[in-house]
Amino acid sequence: MTTLSRRTLLQAMGTGALASALASLPSFAQDRTAIRIGYAVSKTGANAGGAGISTIPNYLLWVDDVNKAGGLELSKLGVTPPLEVTEYDDRSSAEETVRAIERLATQDNVDFILPSWGTGSNLAAGPTFDRFGFPQLAGTAVTDMAPQLVQRWQNSFWFLGGGHDYANALVDLLVKQRDAGAINNKVAIASVADGFGIDLSKAATPAFQAAGFELVYDKTYPLGTSDFAPIINEVAGLGVDTFVAFSYPPDTFALTQQSVVANFSPKIFYLGVGTAFPIYPNVAGPNHNGVMGVGGIDPDSEAIAAYFERHKALIGQAPDSWASAITYASLEILGQAITRVGDLDKAAVSAEIASGEFDTILGKVKLVDNQLRALWTVGQWQDGKFVGLAHTEGKAAREPVVPKSAWVPAS
Amino acid sequence: MLFSAILTGLVLGGTYALIAMGLTLQYGVARIMNLAYGDLIIAGSFGAMLLFTALGINPLIALSIVVPLGFALSWLVYALMLQPLARRSPNRDRLEGDSILATFGLLFVIQGVALVLFGANYQSYSFLAVPIDVFGTTIAANRLLAFALAVLFGIGLFLLLTRTRFGTVIRAVAANPGSAPLVGIDVDHVARLAFALGGGLAAAGGVVVSMYLTFSATMGVIFTMKALIVVIMGGVGNLLGALAAGLILGVVETLVSSFIDPGLTLAATYLIFLAVLVVRPQGLFGKPAR
Repeated sequence: MTTLSRRTLLQAMGTGALASALASLPSFAQDRTAIRIGYAVSKTGANAGGAGISTIPNYLLWVDDVNKAGGLELSKLGVTPPLEVTEYDDRSSAEETVRAIERLATQDNVDFILPSWGTGSNLAAGPTFDRFGFPQLAGTAVTDMAPQLVQRWQNSFWFLGGGHDYANALVDLLVKQRDAGAINNKVAIASVADGFGIDLSKAATPAFQAAGFELVYDKTYPLGTSDFAPIINEVAGLGVDTFVAFSYPPDTFALTQQSVVANFSPKIFYLGVGTAFPIYPNVAGPNHNGVMGVGGIDPDSEAIAAYFERHKALIGQAPDSWASAITYASLEILGQAITRVGDLDKAAVSAEIASGEFDTILGKVKLVDNQLRALWTVGQWQDGKFVGLAHTEGKAAREPVVPKSAWVPAS
Repeated sequence: MLFSAILTGLVLGGTYALIAMGLTLQYGVARIMNLAYGDLIIAGSFGAMLLFTALGINPLIALSIVVPLGFALSWLVYALMLQPLARRSPNRDRLEGDSILATFGLLFVIQGVALVLFGANYQSYSFLAVPIDVFGTTIAANRLLAFALAVLFGIGLFLLLTRTRFGTVIRAVAANPGSAPLVGIDVDHVARLAFALGGGLAAAGGVVVSMYLTFSATMGVIFTMKALIVVIMGGVGNLLGALAAGLILGVVETLVSSFIDPGLTLAATYLIFLAVLVVRPQGLFGKPAR
């Protein structure tokens, strides 16, 4: 057994304190060779599927794009350094995300930190971003609380809207179709009993009722459900023209396949997360055409088309048509804010992000109250693209195709 | 409606039974609590997807490639990693503890390799997604196939275990590995074979579920959990038990989903699991511990 004398203990503590004081000193070297970007993303665990589509590829693409262009100009320091990345896997755990951000801020001394994927992880990381004064660019968080959150964490920026945005837009679109006589008054909703499904169904149920729709089926199913035959069989017998599922990716795909098998082909078939994924047309085959879902892109935008091309070239697959372009745009905003400020002052960059107008792949973007309020809310697969049918600012890229064509049975 | 729900439930239960059978062999005979079991299922799914999308090989034919691979891989894993643990363990409890830790590590190795090779994306392809009319109920052909394979494997292996000399040897090791050498049984060899057989079954399950389930490199643990519930409910090491428990779970889930609320399926699953554990802690078909 070892006994520690008070002196050794004090010495050890002193050395430790000195070491940590030294470690937390900002580097004074002004001849900067790189801008250090740090992030902890879910490479493993439950969030890996989402992060692997919407978050990680866009971080890689942005860094690649910036570095190919020679870096970001810091006019006050007179240099144009490239980006240098420090990356951790948060294993889809919010505690791990927070720990990694603390490490990035104190040990790795990064200049900017990018958030992890998902609503939960962004909410969990909010206080930590705030404590260290880093701007938090939440590109994949859907929350109706954003207006309150920006009061609490002034450097937080929310890009993906809230459940009400998507639910209300869907109901508005359906009201128009009903009034035009394209669909009947009956709606069936199935939602996953987890964050996204709960948020959206909580917003959608009263909106449907207020619009005078008859909700003949409104139930939740547990996360991880793989067999939807009971739900589909029941809904198929209810005579609905509109089927809405606020679902997660594996469910979205299974619902499609099982609806085709059961030949349940309502006039409007709307699904949740995963509908906008590039893999969806592979999963659904010819039946993807006409399926509606959350998100959408402007199919006529050259910037978006070019972004899809660059994404395919670097990552090997197309981005998703909801959060991907928005995540990439949030990074463009960060880059332009850094160049305009001219150095790496986090507070000044945050202020610029909050107040400036930026040129992004989504077009000219100006945040309102630290939130991106110009969003595609309802999309539909038309001719191989997931086109925006409804936008928070009122413009639609395409008219909805209702009814969607009947399912083609698999051969 | 009731009949249709039961039929749909039986087919869903077939999937559960299919993915649980390998684990019941591995846990029941080799006494390896294989936490990497679900990841082997995923590996089988990736194998089938790769063969189907890249080479156009029918997943049914892929079974004849992927299953031997799963068998060989599990054989190697047992020989290299688990045999030393089994040899040095003074008793079964110790081996169970050690194997949990070792296969927990293996889980991350398999998952890591899959992540490097295929990325974290959801994978899905469609095969045999054609409706089949069974007594007036529409069921997807691929799910029906999973059910048929589960019944085939379940009954086939049950007969193998109870009617053949090789089966008797396996059961002897499962029942009492300490005494089995006294009658000239090479316990190491039999345990390795049972573990490899379980691996082959896992790969078969992976190929079949890949025809209709969306999977990703990190989803293995979901399969491990489901398989574990079925194994414990059915009685460790009992193939008919796994078949029965899987089918019961499937039917109950579907009945609850059709007649009560889809939101309660998970609750119903665990309620039955709890009830079985309270009434028959050794599982439906298990023998009481001495």
